[in-house]
Amino acid sequence: MPIKFPFSRRRSGPTDAWTKCPSCDQQVFNKQLERNLRVCPHCGHHFRMGIGERIELLLDEGTFVERDASLESGDPLGFADQKPYPDRIEAAKVKTGLREAAVWGTGAIDGQRVAIGLFDFRFMGGSMGSVVGEKIARCFEAALAERLPAIIVSASGGARMQEGTLSLLQLAKTTAPLARLDDAGVPFISILTDPTTGGVLASFASLGDAIIAEPRALIGFAGARVASGTVGEDLPEGFQSAEFLLERGFVDMITPRAELRSTLSRLLRLLPVAPVEAIEPEQGQHAWGPIGVLSGLAERVGGAVSETIGIKVEPDAGGSGNGDRPARSSGAPEPATTEDER
Amino acid sequence: MTELMAPPDHAAVDAAWRRVQLARHPQRPRTLDLIPRIFDDFIELHGDRGFRDDPAIVGGPALLEGRPLMVIGHQKGTDTESNIMRNFGSAHPEGFRKAQRLMRLADKLGLPVVTFLDTAGAFPGPAAEERGQAEAIASSIKLMTGIQVPTVVVIVGEGGSGGALAIGVGDRVLALENAVYSVISPEGCAAILWRAPEAAPMAAAAMRMTAADQLELGVIDGIIDEPGEGAHTDHEAAARAIKRALLEALTTIGATATPELLTNRYARLRHIGTYTEDGAPAAEPELPSLRHRIGRILRLPGVPRRPRWSEVWPSGEDGPESEDES
Ligand SMILES: [Zn+2]
Repeated sequence: MPIKFPFSRRRSGPTDAWTKCPSCDQQVFNKQLERNLRVCPHCGHHFRMGIGERIELLLDEGTFVERDASLESGDPLGFADQKPYPDRIEAAKVKTGLREAAVWGTGAIDGQRVAIGLFDFRFMGGSMGSVVGEKIARCFEAALAERLPAIIVSASGGARMQEGTLSLLQLAKTTAPLARLDDAGVPFISILTDPTTGGVLASFASLGDAIIAEPRALIGFAGARVASGTVGEDLPEGFQSAEFLLERGFVDMITPRAELRSTLSRLLRLLPVAPVEAIEPEQGQHAWGPIGVLSGLAERVGGAVSETIGIKVEPDAGGSGNGDRPARSSGAPEPATTEDER
Repeated sequence: MTELMAPPDHAAVDAAWRRVQLARHPQRPRTLDLIPRIFDDFIELHGDRGFRDDPAIVGGPALLEGRPLMVIGHQKGTDTESNIMRNFGSAHPEGFRKAQRLMRLADKLGLPVVTFLDTAGAFPGPAAEERGQAEAIASSIKLMTGIQVPTVVVIVGEGGSGGALAIGVGDRVLALENAVYSVISPEGCAAILWRAPEAAPMAAAAMRMTAADQLELGVIDGIIDEPGEGAHTDHEAAARAIKRALLEALTTIGATATPELLTNRYARLRHIGTYTEDGAPAAEPELPSLRHRIGRILRLPGVPRRPRWSEVWPSGEDGPESEDES
């Protein structure tokens, strides 16, 4: 049974107050800001958004179903700086009403189903530790299994220091499924919002088949402070902005928030999940290209392949199954075929 | 309630900081010190074919006991002049793109990949940003998760964050005894969480960045003992120890069939992390079968393959017949 997303009524601040726009210094009435998708009506500054607001913005009403909501962080290092890590997590939970810095689930955009993950920067700077990495990986794996386009809306300062290298390795954990989406013909759209830096940008967020950034979002590998401090020089104007990345060729487009949903909807139609066709087993066919080495191996070690991937592969004649290096390398010309559709 | 460990005491802080200093020791053997001592032959290949050759990362084909493989590593300098030339081992995007090029070549020829990690981190300056440092690291990681050859990673000095991981995804990840591995430099961590760079030793202890800690956390698979007071005292002995470890690792994983290799590599990454689910410690995550990926390549029955254009965009009745596989 679909569960109503519990955070949709949660707002970022009291509605009867004013907010000063950091871009143009104008006072904006909060209700007006929310009606305007948290974009300054005077200068177009895009304020940060919570996950509930983002879901309302992007998905068809009532279609979002959260998954793996019960994942919660441990404290693998027993980490304490001026405050123990578990206390920091508790404080973030109270502040945001979230259990972690990211949420994922399925939903629809103009009726097109998607697997979508979203970050909230207010939860420990949207930092990625074990739980956030696990959620993103599961989002991609569900996209693969259910053949749904994957969308991630990033807002993160990077990997979470309090989980040490376990956080660093989440870069690889969240990126590994993308190679499988490539093979399976499932698209991934990455949306970069203010701010997206560090380990999140240095992993899946930079690898979208299409990458959309929000106007003037801060996007960069190193925090601007780190970059400046390290190299001891002044940074170029507009450095690490969405506009800078567009010019340098690292994002595809900058889309104002009011057009984000319609742009996503069009992209989903233009970049559809590839059709599936079951292929028939083919007799006596070999491929020996760089990819084809797999078939050679599969034939030589049929048993191992069956165990690993649950299929039956007839061992070929001469399948010795030995060798401490993968196939080929014998110097003798291999039975080549030209067949290779890649 | 999570059980809290006491903050690291003075002895633990001192011990962690001593390892950091050993890992950064100016006489520690660098990649180009190790290569001629470990391999029978090596030819360095240069350049990313797009922008320039980044001297902070070196690599090329090498022979290990007569058998070819691809070796890639960070390269720090040994004195001020060479450190400036090598940018202290902190690569720009073109360094990671050179590494990617060499890994693709290894994948093409079926050569195992060996990497040596020794960097304080990827270079964070404006030039690196404008050439896409984050994209370069991300695509290196992605490539390493999928190459169809055995990959062994050795952390020889500093394993500094994303710049290390970019060439640090492997089927076996080993570390020298005094090597360290961390998500951020202890100085950076101290500046952010303690607001005091001089708290770096505290941060080093808190992040549990020593080789022994990394083994306990399951991030690395083994530790290579160093000679005497550390690898800097005897490059020959350090190289011999690394060579033994490489031969052992490659002999073990080299015998693994490629599909299993890729399944294990994926599972290894997927299992990293600590969390609870439904209030209970994480069960083994259910991993998607590799059947899909391998099946597409092997053309297994019932496994979808990537379509041709004619299937995505079927032609009219009078269009040309889509040709099938011969
Ligand atoms: Zn404004």
